[in-house]
Amino acid sequence: MADSAYAVIGGGLVGMAIAWGLANRGKQVTVFDEGDRGFRASRGNFGLVWVQSKGLNMPDYSRWSRLSAQLWPKLSEELGNVSGTDLELSQPGGIHLFLDEDEAEKAVADMEKLRAALGGDYPFEYLGHNAVKRIIPEIGPEVVGALHSPMDGHVNPLYLLRALHTGVRDAGAKVLHGPRVERITHTKDGFRIHREDGVWSADNVVLCAGLGNARLAPMIGLDAPVVPNRGQVIITERVRPFLNVPTAHVRQVGEGAVQIGDSKEAAGFDDSTSKNVIAKIAHRATRYFPLLENVRVVRTWGALRVMSPDGHPIYDKSQTCPGASLVTCHSGVTLAAAHAKVLAGWICGEDAPDYMEVFGAQRFALQKAG
Amino acid sequence: MRNVLHFKRLDEASGDTVELTFEGEPVTARAGETVAAALLAAGHISGRQTPVSGSPRGPYCMMGACFDCLVEIDGEANRQGCMTQVRDGMVVRRMTGARDVDRGSAA
Amino acid sequence: MSERFDVAIIGAGPAGLAAAGVLGQAGCSVTLLDEQAEPGGQIYRGIGSASGPRKSVLGADYAAGASLLPSLAHDSVTHIAGATVWEVTPERDIYYSQAGKASGLKAEHVLVATGATERPMPFPGWTLPGVMTAGAGQILLKTAGMLPPSPCVLAGSGPLLFLIAAQYLAAGFKIDAIVETTPRGNLAKALPHLPGALLNNKYLRKGLAMLASLRKAGIPHYKASTSLVAEGDGQVEALKFTSGGKPHRLACASLLIHNGVVPNVQISRSLNLDHAWDSLQHCWHPVTDASGATSLAGFRVAGDGGGIAGAEAAAHGGRLAALAILEDLGKITGGERQARSSDDSAALKWHGRARPFLDALYAPAREFLEPADSTIVCRCEEVTAGKIREFVDLGCLGPNQAKSFGRAGMGPCQGRYCGLTVSSVIAAKLGKEMDEVGYYRIRPPLKPITLRELASMDLDDDADERPAA
Repeated sequence: MADSAYAVIGGGLVGMAIAWGLANRGKQVTVFDEGDRGFRASRGNFGLVWVQSKGLNMPDYSRWSRLSAQLWPKLSEELGNVSGTDLELSQPGGIHLFLDEDEAEKAVADMEKLRAALGGDYPFEYLGHNAVKRIIPEIGPEVVGALHSPMDGHVNPLYLLRALHTGVRDAGAKVLHGPRVERITHTKDGFRIHREDGVWSADNVVLCAGLGNARLAPMIGLDAPVVPNRGQVIITERVRPFLNVPTAHVRQVGEGAVQIGDSKEAAGFDDSTSKNVIAKIAHRATRYFPLLENVRVVRTWGALRVMSPDGHPIYDKSQTCPGASLVTCHSGVTLAAAHAKVLAGWICGEDAPDYMEVFGAQRFALQKAG
Repeated sequence: MRNVLHFKRLDEASGDTVELTFEGEPVTARAGETVAAALLAAGHISGRQTPVSGSPRGPYCMMGACFDCLVEIDGEANRQGCMTQVRDGMVVRRMTGARDVDRGSAA
Repeated sequence: MSERFDVAIIGAGPAGLAAAGVLGQAGCSVTLLDEQAEPGGQIYRGIGSASGPRKSVLGADYAAGASLLPSLAHDSVTHIAGATVWEVTPERDIYYSQAGKASGLKAEHVLVATGATERPMPFPGWTLPGVMTAGAGQILLKTAGMLPPSPCVLAGSGPLLFLIAAQYLAAGFKIDAIVETTPRGNLAKALPHLPGALLNNKYLRKGLAMLASLRKAGIPHYKASTSLVAEGDGQVEALKFTSGGKPHRLACASLLIHNGVVPNVQISRSLNLDHAWDSLQHCWHPVTDASGATSLAGFRVAGDGGGIAGAEAAAHGGRLAALAILEDLGKITGGERQARSSDDSAALKWHGRARPFLDALYAPAREFLEPADSTIVCRCEEVTAGKIREFVDLGCLGPNQAKSFGRAGMGPCQGRYCGLTVSSVIAAKLGKEMDEVGYYRIRPPLKPITLRELASMDLDDDADERPAA
């Protein structure tokens, strides 16, 4: 008999959400998690539960994100109960501020196109400066307007990760912390997980190893063409509550700190911060909210997103090594609810939305051929 | 009532004096002193309450590392008292929990 | 974009000042960045302005620091006082703020001379107002001639504890008790190092003289004290502890604590330089060669920031680093450097002789390395040792995961006063060595700065990042 029915490779937000979903379905799960200084996208997350503007070129990704946002209150409640931690989920609608008319116009056009593709069921509105000011009186004079969508919200991503770890443990799953997984082999009686400190067997394997998926996927008949994409974030000292809706680039977290992000750049595997980008982010934030100028920055960080060629998730099942599947995305927070509640079921053969197959990696081969 | 506990100056009589206020009360300091030292000499052992639990804190390291001497100085929140020299007419206030986002004078 | 210098020195303590003297004399363009208003570092705080009587209270070793000040007189040395360095890049760009305004400069060589900080000494009540480090007490004495309110108790371990008690005594102020936490077994572990230490018995003689003066003054000295608890409602009122098998409770209005000093590694950690765990000194230090060269070309570390050796050794180390930089800059030959280094090298070795004995004798007590569950270890975010242990149970293998699970090290002090404790609590719980567990990843800004200061460093005209999709 194998050491476990399901080996989940990766103990970040993606892996833990899947592991929790599997364990809640009565599956015997072992999570393989890396050490203290691994590239952990989960630690650098901005914390948005965000739907607007996602899936501009793949409406099913928009549907999927929205489904997850709808499932989030349930996830939050359940994880809050098992962990005793309030995840600070709040979904009051989200704001994307614009400092530039052209940029705003283009974003609105994109959103309208997406709304049409979704058959009109896609709530958002464009607000001019004065209308934004009624929701957020603190905006600066340079803000020309904003997209507002009632679908959006935010959560404390660190508490989410901690709660998932508690939940997974309490649901009876094992988490093996230690060196990275070096190799996965497939034999007629299942899979072998090879680490420096041992070898484990499993009937099924779910790759949730973020950037590590690119290396591991080909070993079990999967394809994960993901590359790092660096995001940098600024966090300030705690201030009294002043911003009660999340914006795409600035949000106030539960304990009062203001979080400012996010940049996107290809920087290889360098997850350090760079002064130029951080200064730009800071500058932009003071244009959105001039009163932030005097607030002190306590930390900055850089983290590596796990980016697929089209920026959308990859969910796939191996044809050549039955029982192996792949889950990778760069929105581990937004999608945590869908991962735990729906995708974990899809992995073990339950019904899932009929659009799941669009997330397969074969789309990249088709895109190349087309 | 608890005693008010002052740090004492060795050479109390010497040095130019500087007048500031803490929570509206007058404080006489010596030129060249830090705000944190001046408050300790005036018996103000705690200048803030933490944003986490509201517990009182006072200067701990006096070398700019611990951030327990934070006070509001001339309208600017969360200044390090031990790293700021006193100036005549300075208005110093207690920090109570997290700062307001708009407490801060232009530089 | 920014001013360029041959050498940037960060920290105007003995190492930085001594290095500036050597480099300035050779005509190198040097900028000496220091956070304090006056040069001297913590050890010689206020040395330029201290009155004669204050110097005599503080003693001859302090007064000797004045001999380093002429370093700043060289025309090519720019001393930037009140400058908080908040980012140092591997490309040797240095960003700092002065009076709320941010600036940048670039240097061919960087000498990090940021000295030491006090080792954290967490025990119940250590966050109460009125509890301060012994170093803080000394800084108040050096810069403001101030004495703490009575009754005053000193607690902890290490030479500084006795030094400040003796300095207070010289100032006519008698503290009420010394509560020494040095574990009883330390002396036996230190004795094998005694022969080496006797080759430089200056520190020993000084220490014994201090102890004698305290004894003569009749100051109660509680030895091998354990189970410290500071009590008080809103401020410290008493220290409870056990010594000689008996519980004690001493009323106090001020409590100065000390648990040794450790290298300030914020800059070297932020640069990801190689660090090594020193199991005798119980601290990390950047890995350096005899001239302070680190694992990254262009960066040297001198003084206590590279490993604790004291102020006089720091000055010698600063000069050795400066001579190596002169050779790198082509100002002197290798032969000249060797010739000019020999006195400082010999002196540094001599100062080092007493270290192993002192380090073993004053090795910190376990109760402060692995505090009880209810003790706050992260002062800023008020995270207890028990919480850190819970995170280990949840699978945290190191301090960075503990940080993300529970905010330890996320406050304004950026881990300075909890980093060592969080790592040692995790190491003990996992049964691992400190260097397996590691340390916080330190990221800029090295000190909190306003968003305005950061934004002012955005020098491109078309400032906008592409918004997130």
